[in-house]
Amino acid sequence: MPSQTTLAIEATGLAKSFGETRAVDGVDLAVRRGAVYGVLGPNGAGKTTTIRMLATLLRPDGGSARVLGHDIVEDADAVREAISLTGQLASVDEDLTGRENLILIGRLLGLRRPAAKARADELIGAFGLDEASGRLVKHYSGGMRRRLDIAASIVVTPELMFLDEPTTGLDPRSRNQVWDIVRTLAAGGTTILLCTQYLDEADQLAEGIAVIDHGRVIAEGTPGQLKASVGLGALHVRLLDPARRPEAQAVLERGLEAVHLEPDPAALSAPCSDAGRAAEAIAELTRAGIGVADFALGQPSLDEVFLALTGHPAEQASADDTAGGAS
Amino acid sequence: MSEAPAGQATAPGQAADEAALRAALASTARPPRPSALSATLTFGWRGMLKIKHVPEQLIDATMTPVLFTIMFTFMFGGAIAGSTQEYLQFLLPGILVMSVLFTTVYSGVALSTDASKGVVDRFRSLPIWRPAPLVGAVLGDTVRYLCAGTVVVVVGVILGYRPEAGVGGVVAAMLLVVAFAFGLAWAFTTVGLVFRTPSAVMNGGFMALFPLTFLSNAFVEPETLPGWLEAIVNANPVSHLVTAARGLMDGTSSAGDVMLVLATAIVLTLVFAPLTSHLYRRRS
Ligand SMILES: Nc1ncnc2c1ncn2[C@@H]1O[C@H](COP(=O)(O)OP(=O)(O)OP(=O)(O)O)[C@@H](O)[C@H]1O
Ligand SMILES: [Mg+2]
Repeated sequence: MPSQTTLAIEATGLAKSFGETRAVDGVDLAVRRGAVYGVLGPNGAGKTTTIRMLATLLRPDGGSARVLGHDIVEDADAVREAISLTGQLASVDEDLTGRENLILIGRLLGLRRPAAKARADELIGAFGLDEASGRLVKHYSGGMRRRLDIAASIVVTPELMFLDEPTTGLDPRSRNQVWDIVRTLAAGGTTILLCTQYLDEADQLAEGIAVIDHGRVIAEGTPGQLKASVGLGALHVRLLDPARRPEAQAVLERGLEAVHLEPDPAALSAPCSDAGRAAEAIAELTRAGIGVADFALGQPSLDEVFLALTGHPAEQASADDTAGGAS
Repeated sequence: MSEAPAGQATAPGQAADEAALRAALASTARPPRPSALSATLTFGWRGMLKIKHVPEQLIDATMTPVLFTIMFTFMFGGAIAGSTQEYLQFLLPGILVMSVLFTTVYSGVALSTDASKGVVDRFRSLPIWRPAPLVGAVLGDTVRYLCAGTVVVVVGVILGYRPEAGVGGVVAAMLLVVAFAFGLAWAFTTVGLVFRTPSAVMNGGFMALFPLTFLSNAFVEPETLPGWLEAIVNANPVSHLVTAARGLMDGTSSAGDVMLVLATAIVLTLVFAPLTSHLYRRRS
């Protein structure tokens, strides 16, 4: 039994090529037990390939990794005993009903038939799949399929869960449900490795993030560190009356530098990371009798982080994704 | 915004759902892993469920032999055997073999379909006996083979076929054919993992089976053929199977015929089952 102090995932120089394509080109990862860790990257970055190696589905060409203290090649069976995988392609059987899928997984994990049925019914209720439980999965909506997929991954609570783009294609409500599930699982002590193209998602859930591009980790840290590595935050102000913007600019410039006008005719912004100075600046505006509609002190978005790190915007990836999804 | 707990954004009734979700997510203890047999049988159960939910494949696979039985009996019966009734007595064991062997292609097609879906990734990430999904699927498919064989025999009996060796002979022949099919299915599961698409597997399988079944003694007596063709037909393992099945149904079987078929089935299994298993493990 590995001690609790060992890392949940420890990868060094992990590599995998498909013919000429170096899908994963030397990835190092260190994920603490109990953490939600995000792997962020655009299409084709190598996220799925990395997960598939860590989940013992693909043998690495180079490097090595330990999952919960077990080598992924030498000790693959011990790894499989502790993990569960929710793949990018829904990892459920489309020709069975939702309930049959859950019973199947329960039986394969070693539950006896009555226990497997009871657990399936419990999960169906908890994941809001009651009506659909007797329907074939091929007739499920994307959101239902995702929920079933995650339910199948927690028939028995895994020590480590791999989630490959769990919210791609989901509406905001379903996405929130999935996020809630992830948070609850993490609170219960399950380590989660989450691959995503959504910067927002990694920011919401993960305590650490590795940004990968072309099979390499190009940046690593907490969401805050990543943002800080790119630059300062900014104060954004929107006025009630656009006509008073020049006046407001003059007032703000007393306390802040580089105040500039935004495309929105009522908005201004200035680089600022100090909440005290920002509050002072807003107070000055009020004293000058200039009405403020709203203001925000924001850190740079992870989109900006991604642009700064990769030299190309992450938007490109999501545009491809939408095109693929629509076809 | 997205930080807001889901409970706030939704109806009051959600609160109960929330509690159910937390309860379901609470840690559950991991049971001991299932035995190889239990995992295999679970996959066999999955195969049965598929027959129930997607019966089309089974229907496809049995319609062709039924049509062949009817067409061959009435079109060629007079020409080949002098009377339709006499030809049916000769033909039916051959059609039984053909029907069951064509069904084995679907084992390869099913595996190929699986392999293109994410569900195999889940199976492969479970701590189970590695070949369980494959062995279970082929075992489940033997139920398909039995269905296909039964349909043919029933149609034959309706048309007037009468087995000399009675029900016992038919059952023995059916079991022998299914045993051979179990071996042959492994060849098609290998093909299922080598070819890229399920339809390629189906075409490839049928393309291999047409000559194997037609260049056998299923439809004609080999003695009526040119010498070179007779040699091919006599060397064809499908001919041996037809001979043994016909013998069992006519009550004229020899132990040698039956042993030869069983040995072929064992060899097919020993060669192709490990090959399939290896390809399945190494899939990328
Ligand atoms: N089985 C395979 N055979 C050949 N090439 C592959 C295979 N799997 C992945 N690749 C290639 O490896 C690269 C990385 O793919 P991967 O699926 O890991 O990316 P990803 O980050 O998961 O992308 P996405 O966001 O689109 O899911 C891509 O160029 C892809 O085409
Ligand atoms: Mg992917």
